[in-house]
Order: sequence, then C-alpha cells, then structure tokens
Amino acid sequence: MSLLALLSDYTIQNVVIGAALLGLVSGTLGCFAVLRKQSLLGDTLSHAALPGICLGFLVAGTRDIASMLTGALITGTLAALVMLVLTRHSRLKTDAGLGISLSLSFALGVVLLTYIQGTNNAAQGGLDSFLFGQAAATLRSDLWIMGGITLAALALVMLFWKEFKLVSFDPAFAATRGLPVATLETGLTVMVSLAVVVGLQMVGVVLMAAMVIAPAVAARQWTHRLGTMVLLSALIGIASGVFGALISAMGRGLATGPLIILSASVLVVISLLFAPGRGFVWSLLSQWRARRHLRSQQVLTTLYRLAMEHKDTTYRTQQGMVDTYYGIGTRLSLARLQKNGLVRLRGQDALQQPGWELTTDGITEAQRILDGLGHGDRR
Amino acid sequence: MIDTPHEPHLALHVEDLTVSYQSKPVLWDIDFDIPPGVLAGIIGPNGAGKSTLIKTILGLVKPVAGHVTIFGDTYRKQRRHVGYVPQRTSVDWDFPTTVLDVVTMGLYGHLGWFRRPGRRERDEALDALAMVNMQDFARRQISQLSGGQQQRVFIARALVQKADVYFLDEPMAGVDATTERAIIDLLHRLRDEGKTVIVVHHDLQTVRRYFDWLMILNVRVISQGPVEQVYTGPNLRQAYGGQIALLDGQAVMQDQPTTKRDATANHGER
Repeated sequence: MSLLALLSDYTIQNVVIGAALLGLVSGTLGCFAVLRKQSLLGDTLSHAALPGICLGFLVAGTRDIASMLTGALITGTLAALVMLVLTRHSRLKTDAGLGISLSLSFALGVVLLTYIQGTNNAAQGGLDSFLFGQAAATLRSDLWIMGGITLAALALVMLFWKEFKLVSFDPAFAATRGLPVATLETGLTVMVSLAVVVGLQMVGVVLMAAMVIAPAVAARQWTHRLGTMVLLSALIGIASGVFGALISAMGRGLATGPLIILSASVLVVISLLFAPGRGFVWSLLSQWRARRHLRSQQVLTTLYRLAMEHKDTTYRTQQGMVDTYYGIGTRLSLARLQKNGLVRLRGQDALQQPGWELTTDGITEAQRILDGLGHGDRR
Repeated sequence: MIDTPHEPHLALHVEDLTVSYQSKPVLWDIDFDIPPGVLAGIIGPNGAGKSTLIKTILGLVKPVAGHVTIFGDTYRKQRRHVGYVPQRTSVDWDFPTTVLDVVTMGLYGHLGWFRRPGRRERDEALDALAMVNMQDFARRQISQLSGGQQQRVFIARALVQKADVYFLDEPMAGVDATTERAIIDLLHRLRDEGKTVIVVHHDLQTVRRYFDWLMILNVRVISQGPVEQVYTGPNLRQAYGGQIALLDGQAVMQDQPTTKRDATANHGER
C-alpha cells in the first residue's frame, strides 16, 4: 500500500492520530517527570493501571472504556500514594518505594485479569490486550477522550509554566516563595497518570513508561532550555507515534505499541550518540581534538626548546629526532603546525629526512604556551 | 498564630522552638533573637540542626512547638521581605536553564500566578547578577558553572528580591577563596545598608572576622549575642566537645574577649 492509501484508511487514520496525541502528551509531561528524577513514576503508574482496568470492567460488566480508564486513574493514583507513604514513613528510598508499589499493583492486576478470564464472560475478550496495547482497536470516540485529556494537560502546563519549572528545579525554594509545592507536584503526578491512561490502549501497561521517559531523555540531549526541551520532546513523541503506527500498518501483523516504543528508542540512541555537546560521539571527538591539540603544542615547544638550547631561532630540527624523542610518529602534528603557519619545512638531509624550523609566529606561540604553564624551567 | 505584631523591633525572634524527625529531637526549645542590621553567624557541629533551624524559620519544616516572627510578623506575612539562599548542592545543576532564568526565579513570588517575567524582571535579575559580578554569565547554561559561580547565582536569586532579611545556608561551603572573599564583602555591604544577614557557617577560623552577631547551636542554643561575647573557649568546647582542639588551636586558646572594634578592624586585615 502506498502512504496515501494508508492514510486514507479509516482505521489507520484513527491509529495514527491516536499515536500522535499520545506522543504529544507523554512527551510534554515526561520532561517534568524526568527532570524531577521520577522516571520510574511513569512505570509504576502504568503498571498500577492494570488492576484499575480490571476493576472498571468488573463494575461496568462490559468493556466500557470510560469506566476502565477511570479505574486505571484511581489505582494509579493509589499506587503513587502508597509509594509516598512508604518513603515518608519508613527508611525506604524512592526507587524501592516505587518498585514495591509497581510490582504489588501489577501482581494484583494480573490476578484480577486471570480471574475475569476464568469467568467465561464473553465481553472480556481482548482485555489482556491492555498488557501490550492494541492500537488497531482505537475508535474515533477514543480519540475524542485522548484529545480532550491532551488539550487539558497542555493548557495546564502553559498556564502554570513558571510554577512547574521552579517546582521541578528547586522545590524548597519554591515553597519559601509561597508556592503550594505539594499541590503543584500532585498536579504534575496526576497529569502523568492521565498521559499514561491515554496511552494504555495503544501501547499497553508494560511499555507505557518508555513513552513517558524516552522523548524527554532524547530531547534533553539537544538543548539547554526547558522550553525548547518540552517542545522538542513533544515533537519526538509525535514523530515516534506516527512513525511506529505507519510501520505497523505497512508490515503484516506487527504490533503498533512496541513499534512506537522502538521508534522512540531509535531517536533516544541517536540523541545519546550524536547530540552536540552531550552526545557520546561528540565527547569522544572533542576529547580526541583536545589530545591532538595538546600533542601539537608539545611538539612545538620541543622545537622551541631545541632552538633555545642551540641559541639559534632558525635552528633546523630533524623529523627523526622529534619522532625518537616522543617514541611515536609526529609527522601529523608537524603537518598541522605547518598548516597553522607555526613551523616550516627546511630541506632534507642525506637520509631524506625532512627538517623543520620555527616561524616567528611559532616562536611567539611556543613562548605563550610555556608562559601559560607558568614554571621557570624552559628547557 | 499571632495576630498582633510580636517583638516587632527584632529582625528575627524565635521562641520555644522544638523540631523532631521521627522521635529524635533535632532542635530543642530554641529561644533566639537577632536584632536588625547585623551580620549574624550560626555555628555548631555536624547534626547540630543549623540547616533545620533555617528551614523551620522559613516554614519548610514543621516544628513540634514554638513560633517564629520576622519583624513582628509570621514568615507567611513577611515572605516578600525575606531572601533565602539554600545549600548549593540541594538542586541538580544539570537542569536545562540559564543563569539569568535561575535569578529571575527569585521574582516568581512577586509576580504571582499566570504572569510571565518580562523586561523589568530581566533588568532586575541582571542588576542582581552584577552585584555578585556574574553579569557576563547571564546567558550561560547553569551546568557549565563552577561551584563558586553556582553559589553566586544562588545569592543573586535572593538579592533580586530586595529583601530586608537574608538567610544563607553554608554559602562558603566548597567555594574557592576568591569567591568566599567576594561573598563576604557583599554580605558586609548588605549589612552596612541596614539589612539583616543570617548565615549558617562551618569554618570556625573565620567567625570573628566575618560576623558581628553569633549563635552557637547544638540541638539547644549554647550561646548567642555579639560575637566577641559568644565566641569563647568554654562556649565552643560545650558545643563541639572533644572536636574543638582539632578544629581550632589559636583562636580558642587566645580566649580573651575582644571588643567589637577589634573585630571590625580584623575585617580590614584580609
């Protein structure tokens, strides 16, 4: 199928729009979760959604999306509260609290899920799709719910932008300025659980956390400003959503949710590797550059010290001599120095060895380097 | 709660303050006052409750008992007139934001809900940065700052409020000598302008040179008052116990009460 044909398919339209909305809302809110060191929170909230979905189903007696999502929101919030109580009133650290809360609620969810499956209720078919998501089941009416939640979350973030920023950076200072820190933090947490609820049907409880963390982590690599980071994270979220949905539509029977997460992960890996300033390749490159620069400087000062030793600023140093002194080839360093106009070639000796002498710029530069080192020994 | 001004002539008045984490008292029945216009130091051994005291005064920690007034009113009412410089290490300096932005955060309380900082706030933040000699770093990403520069940015964030009382939690911890010098000069300048500056401090060597008011704390108040009356061998030994001989030889052994004039003269020496 061509891309155009794909996009005019009603089901695929639903999936793509849904995935884009999911990427938008989780990318935006994920930034605050990641910056507040609460990446695991998304994981806990999404796993805690499973018992809520099952309870919602049991209460409604049928696959009613509204009651199941309400249930997910309630149990998600409960799990977050359990985590808070555990860390406030015991010696447990946040990660342990989140871990306990996560596994407890997920176990509960799986028990409820198997119970429902055992009841032979015809309506329960496909309830386990919430584990890994079932994007193809997205309905136009689901999109309205997702769109509403996304819009509300974005409006809140824009309205309380400076408050959320300050609370994420320095909550104690925010409190001394009179901001209701607990309310703002709860607000952020509730919004993350809303984003999780939005994504449950598409991505599933197991992988949803990645959708909260991945776009934010990728975006952080490229910028030093919160505004740009949130914008970029939202874009990365949308891109991975749309991309994952399209690949899954083109392939045969490939699950959409995991493909969305994979798309986001590819962007994360690219960002971790290549982002200027923070990327892995970037720092390797700048390390290598620094080392090359240092090596050239060393060779230059060696030439200078040799010239000083012979009391002759036009002293001609043989290439082989410098190589022996350093124990490795210095040809490249000398070529670089030559390119920068600090040394020049001067003839070859009987052994076809090139000789080098300093230019006046080279002498000034060598003196500058040695002065910068600040010790008296110029030899 | 206090409805009428209580001790309005005191910059800070703390009465019967007790704070505990779980069942362990961190601060026990603290009574302490600071008159306006002094540069006051709070010293004491590790775990003495110095930071907790400041956090309690600023309403970040709930006391079990006692109350605090600033110029006669509760902190909630005086919030705008109080600047706070938390410990530098209390935040993640890899947060994606600029120096100017962090300083502007000091004005968020004044701005109120929904209003974004504009040109006026930006200019005020730049002025505050100039006071700590960091104006050239305004656009810099905060993760690129050295420890001393981070500390100066935090101080600028408090200065931008144009407060009357400043609380600083270990502003000299882990900064280079030049920065420490610049910070203490700035604090003296604030004091000379009539502001009250209250500093949690850890270096006993510099206490007499830096401060004119002192409180020695170790869960209880050991002593408080003008620095020359408080900074004595017996008081320090009572607060620090056996550690004191290691910490400071000469200053404690001198043990003669110096007059305030001497103390200020010492400021000039360095």
